Amino acid sequence: MIPAAFDYVAPTTVDDAVRALSEAGEDAKIIAGGQSLLPVLRMRLAAPSKLIDLGKVPELRGIREDGDALVIGAMTTHYEMQHDPLIAEHASLLALTANAVADPQVRHRGTFGGSLAHADPAGDLPAPALALDAEMVVRGMDGTRTVPAAEFFTDFFTTALRPGEILVEVRVPKTTGWSAHYEKFNRVAQAWSIVAVAAAVRVEGGAIAEARVALTNMGSTPVRATSVEQALVGREATPSAIRDAAAHAAEGTSPPSNADADAEYRKHLARVLTSRAVSAAVGA
Amino acid sequence: MRITVTVDGTKFTDDVEPRQLLVHYLRERLGKVGTVVGCDTSNCGACTVHLDGHSVKSCSVLAVQADGCEVTTIEGLARDGNLHPVQRAFHDNHALQCGFCTPGMIMQSIDLLADNPDPDEKAVREGLEGNLCRCTGYQNIVRAVRDAAAQMQGGAGPEAEQVAGAPATAGGTQ
Amino acid sequence: MTATMEPEVGKSRRRKEDARLITGRTRWTDNLTLPGLLHMAVLRSPMAHARITNIDASAAKDMPGVHAVFTGADLAGEQGSLPCAWPITEDMKSPDAPSIAVDKVNFAGEIVAIVVARSAYEAADALEAIDVDYDDLPVVLDMAAAVEDGADLVHEELGTNKSATWIFDSGAAGTGGDVDAAIAGSEVVIERTYRQQRLIPAFMEPRSFMCDPTGDQITLWSSTQIPHILRFLLAAQLGVPEHKIRVIAPDVGGGFGGKLQVTPEDFLTFLVARRLGKPVKYTESRSESLLSGHHGRDQIQKLTLSAKRDGTVTGLKVELLADMGAYLRLVSPGVPILGAFMFNAIYKFPAYKFVCTNVFTNKVPTDAYRGAGRPEATYAIERLMDELAAELDMDPMAVREKNWIAHEEFPFTTVCGLTYDSGNYEAATAKAMELFGYDALRAEQKERRDRGDSVQLGIGISTFTEMCGLAPSRVLGSLAYGAGGWEHAAIRMLPTGKVEVVTGSSPHGQGHETAWSQIVADQLGVPFEDVEVLHGDTQSSHKGMDTYGSRSLTVGAMAVVAATDKVKAKAAKIAAHMLEAGEDDVEFQAGSFRVRGTGAEAKGVSIQDVALAVFAAHDLPDGVEPNLDSEATFDPENFSFPHGTHLCAVEVDTETGRTTIRKYVCVDDIGKVVNPLIVEGQVHGGLAQGIAQALFEEAVHDESGTLTTGTLADYLVPSAADLPTFTTDRTETPATSNVLGVKGVGEAGTIASTPAVVNAVVDAIRHFGVNDVQMPCTPMRVWQAINTGQTDAGGLGDEAGGGLGSMNVTDTSGGQQ
Repeated sequence: MIPAAFDYVAPTTVDDAVRALSEAGEDAKIIAGGQSLLPVLRMRLAAPSKLIDLGKVPELRGIREDGDALVIGAMTTHYEMQHDPLIAEHASLLALTANAVADPQVRHRGTFGGSLAHADPAGDLPAPALALDAEMVVRGMDGTRTVPAAEFFTDFFTTALRPGEILVEVRVPKTTGWSAHYEKFNRVAQAWSIVAVAAAVRVEGGAIAEARVALTNMGSTPVRATSVEQALVGREATPSAIRDAAAHAAEGTSPPSNADADAEYRKHLARVLTSRAVSAAVGA
Repeated sequence: MRITVTVDGTKFTDDVEPRQLLVHYLRERLGKVGTVVGCDTSNCGACTVHLDGHSVKSCSVLAVQADGCEVTTIEGLARDGNLHPVQRAFHDNHALQCGFCTPGMIMQSIDLLADNPDPDEKAVREGLEGNLCRCTGYQNIVRAVRDAAAQMQGGAGPEAEQVAGAPATAGGTQ
Repeated sequence: MTATMEPEVGKSRRRKEDARLITGRTRWTDNLTLPGLLHMAVLRSPMAHARITNIDASAAKDMPGVHAVFTGADLAGEQGSLPCAWPITEDMKSPDAPSIAVDKVNFAGEIVAIVVARSAYEAADALEAIDVDYDDLPVVLDMAAAVEDGADLVHEELGTNKSATWIFDSGAAGTGGDVDAAIAGSEVVIERTYRQQRLIPAFMEPRSFMCDPTGDQITLWSSTQIPHILRFLLAAQLGVPEHKIRVIAPDVGGGFGGKLQVTPEDFLTFLVARRLGKPVKYTESRSESLLSGHHGRDQIQKLTLSAKRDGTVTGLKVELLADMGAYLRLVSPGVPILGAFMFNAIYKFPAYKFVCTNVFTNKVPTDAYRGAGRPEATYAIERLMDELAAELDMDPMAVREKNWIAHEEFPFTTVCGLTYDSGNYEAATAKAMELFGYDALRAEQKERRDRGDSVQLGIGISTFTEMCGLAPSRVLGSLAYGAGGWEHAAIRMLPTGKVEVVTGSSPHGQGHETAWSQIVADQLGVPFEDVEVLHGDTQSSHKGMDTYGSRSLTVGAMAVVAATDKVKAKAAKIAAHMLEAGEDDVEFQAGSFRVRGTGAEAKGVSIQDVALAVFAAHDLPDGVEPNLDSEATFDPENFSFPHGTHLCAVEVDTETGRTTIRKYVCVDDIGKVVNPLIVEGQVHGGLAQGIAQALFEEAVHDESGTLTTGTLADYLVPSAADLPTFTTDRTETPATSNVLGVKGVGEAGTIASTPAVVNAVVDAIRHFGVNDVQMPCTPMRVWQAINTGQTDAGGLGDEAGGGLGSMNVTDTSGGQQ
């Protein structure tokens, strides 16, 4: 299928990109890796007047340390996240999740920032971003602001990005030495998650000192499983303790019902997969 | 919009509509019909080519996004009349039937071997998860990729297609 | 030429076809172009059932690059009706099937308008400018409801949604007893209702059509399995003289029955090109392919099996509803009938009755999909045999052994009146059981069950047979099929001794060029490399019945062999003359004619020598024409009956419901094998498709009749990461019905594997009180079956669950970047 016609601009700085977006008006769209957007355009589910391509903006690339945080450029590809040594050391949950995104070709093109801004409730990267308390650095004509992940995802395919704003980079507090796992449950390898669980825990002396858990596709946005986290902290990292804590996973969720899975089954899966994700992370 | 793209070693400069998909540019403007379109949603992988050394689905890249890039298609693999080891292995192991998915399968297989020169069966299957085949049940494709891996040990593979790891240097692929 | 070459048949020859396919030098229809080529795009109805009240195409006509816009009204006078070649009963109801809807649409996806433009991009843009007004009609989707009195009707003018009811009754036919009596008097009765979900063939190459009307013949390139049938039906249905049509099937990227069709797009590309006097191409998108190419399966099977308590079966009654969709396509009505003779399978049922009602609904028409009727039948009987075993607390293999035809009983005439010529179920089963490690897996199953492991092991069996090699023409005649089942071939001997083989079979991935070369090499004693196979163009291969129903080898190759026999007979006369011997005194062996009894070292005349002598024609015997070329048409005497034993072990994660195939072993008996490599590939691919029916694929429509699995993101074709490695092996019981002893292999894997997998799933969780899980056995269905006993969880429901499929029901305006 063939996209409807659009104008195209490929700015080389963030300032130019922001200006271009502002001038183009609300029918314009940003294209990052384009791996979600291109199929949408081909199916003519969207017909933007203009695409602003971030592919030629060097400052949106790269991964650097900044004190207690990693700063990941919005145009960092899934493939780069899979292989980057800083991410492996300080935010391994993101690397493990990036492994699970779509397929190798898509991972070569698709970007961290694009995935977060697309805000597909079945997308993989929003949940770990939420779990790790990432902060979205966004820039518009009015300057730069920072939005915590917990406030960033607002609804189906909807974020706190205001018209004219671009996600520039993501600040991820380091979880150096933590154990992590992304447990994805789908019907075939390249299908979206029915449910997935992102978990990162810090184990100290055999007990869980800190825990972060977030769920994919259990509502219109990624969902933080705070009651699981609370139940995990202070417990020994044993299968039974983890299973008990995971029993809270579906609390406060309102998952969708469709042909692949109804809401009750998704809630059940959330509990089972949370237990598995945490167990896999700690090697229990 | 004017773009310059090097495809299978030849440099082309063309005016294209921004909406033109890379695969349509390759097929319709350059006559590179060896690369085919199998779906609308980037699921089938039949259109896989290499963009600056990494596999991509050319139905999900705009031609304008490839401006300044190097593209390798199935038609650019054979060198001096010699098949690429992966092409040879697909033939030797009967890894194709109708052959429609084959260009994409071969291009993705080469990419996966660049990342992992000695993949086990599971790694091959996972490395090909973005490519669909309706004829072979994949068994002989997996066999072919592992056979090619064995044949390519010791640097038998053509240099241009051995773009290993090093994502930080893969400028322009975003 | 060496005279002592080893036989080509039986060798794992690498395929001739590969050279161009692995280098991208391909001739897919969409790769082809012509000077001045125009591009066609079609607008499809989003409504499943509606009257078209108005079409405003004026804006589209004014769009840049647009040459023409057509609606149904523009083409109504010349489009005729798409053909249905199989009127299964005399009173079968068959509505007119327009290629483009004129005043009413009957399924979502039906074509309502056409744009022809300079480029495909411009054509796609102009589609958006066409406004169609529809008046809704009630949508008929559910087969059971559709056949009730007072149901809403798909075709008002027919007065019913029932197309036809076809009955086979062994009591009435004299081939067996009365099944109702058998059931009434039996010790055990198993009653089940199974659903064959709707599937989509999903060949990898989307269909493409290009028509050049500028020559004396109108040429249509079509990605079809059936160029010859297509040419005949273009002539018959559109009133075009047959000799003015040329059809070419160039490289065709898979079919699986999905390209065994005379499609609306074939007709419309032809009509539009002819109308405009310019070459026109139409290539469907994948979404269009899924939405409008014919679907397969879709039956509800009500089954009653009776048996004695010792496991001996006494009767089988099959009552089917088969969903035709909105129209009868080429062989739609006959697909379930092909299954009618296969429910009894390899078992000695004394009484059998089959009743099938074909039903219209507002869905895409169904037609052939790999196996066509036989997978449905095999699924039913193989599931029932497991259910009988469970009922009697017997091992499922023991129940089968008790009832199957023993090898010494062949040839065996079944309760359906078919004569199975050969088979050895014991041998295939013994080999499969050994490769599988059946006893060890049963022990592990028990251990896991006793332990209450969260992962349960299940073992599934499928001991299948099928009838293929379609088909003896007289049988097709008795079933009211609209054509014969023969095949044609010709041999052209070139002066240099090279050979051109013309075949009426029409390959689309199977490897005919390689296999036919092997066969001809042996028959004529020429090198494999010296044989070229010509096919798929009605100008070079003028006669044929094409490729489907595992018929190419058992019918098409027999025609090739018959043609080589004629070549040799002609050559013998000339060779005798060259050897100065009597014709009766020469023999042909290993590529050369020699005087009988003179030994391999004696002077010989090769077939190539004869070909050159014929070319020169300087010294031929009196009355012999200078021509070795020959043609032959072969009509099979009987079907062929491949069989095999498939064993599947699955692990079911009872916490999530996920099924993982742990081991899959199959031992197929397809008779003699021409090329083991190709055979193995056919089996692998067949298994993948059969497993996909069991676990992954289903075409789902919502309440309004919209296909919700309209992309490959939603219709789940498995990837390499979703399938296991198969262990395949063979036994070899030659067919006695043809000279090569071959049986056909194209459909076997698909037919056998689906019940093996589902039997394994049910076996894994039977101790939870489960005796069925509806296909596809999704994790949710399996989990529900374990936990609530519900076997068909899922189905309708369309809340956005993320992913591309949810984007048309969700405001995507916030999604950026």
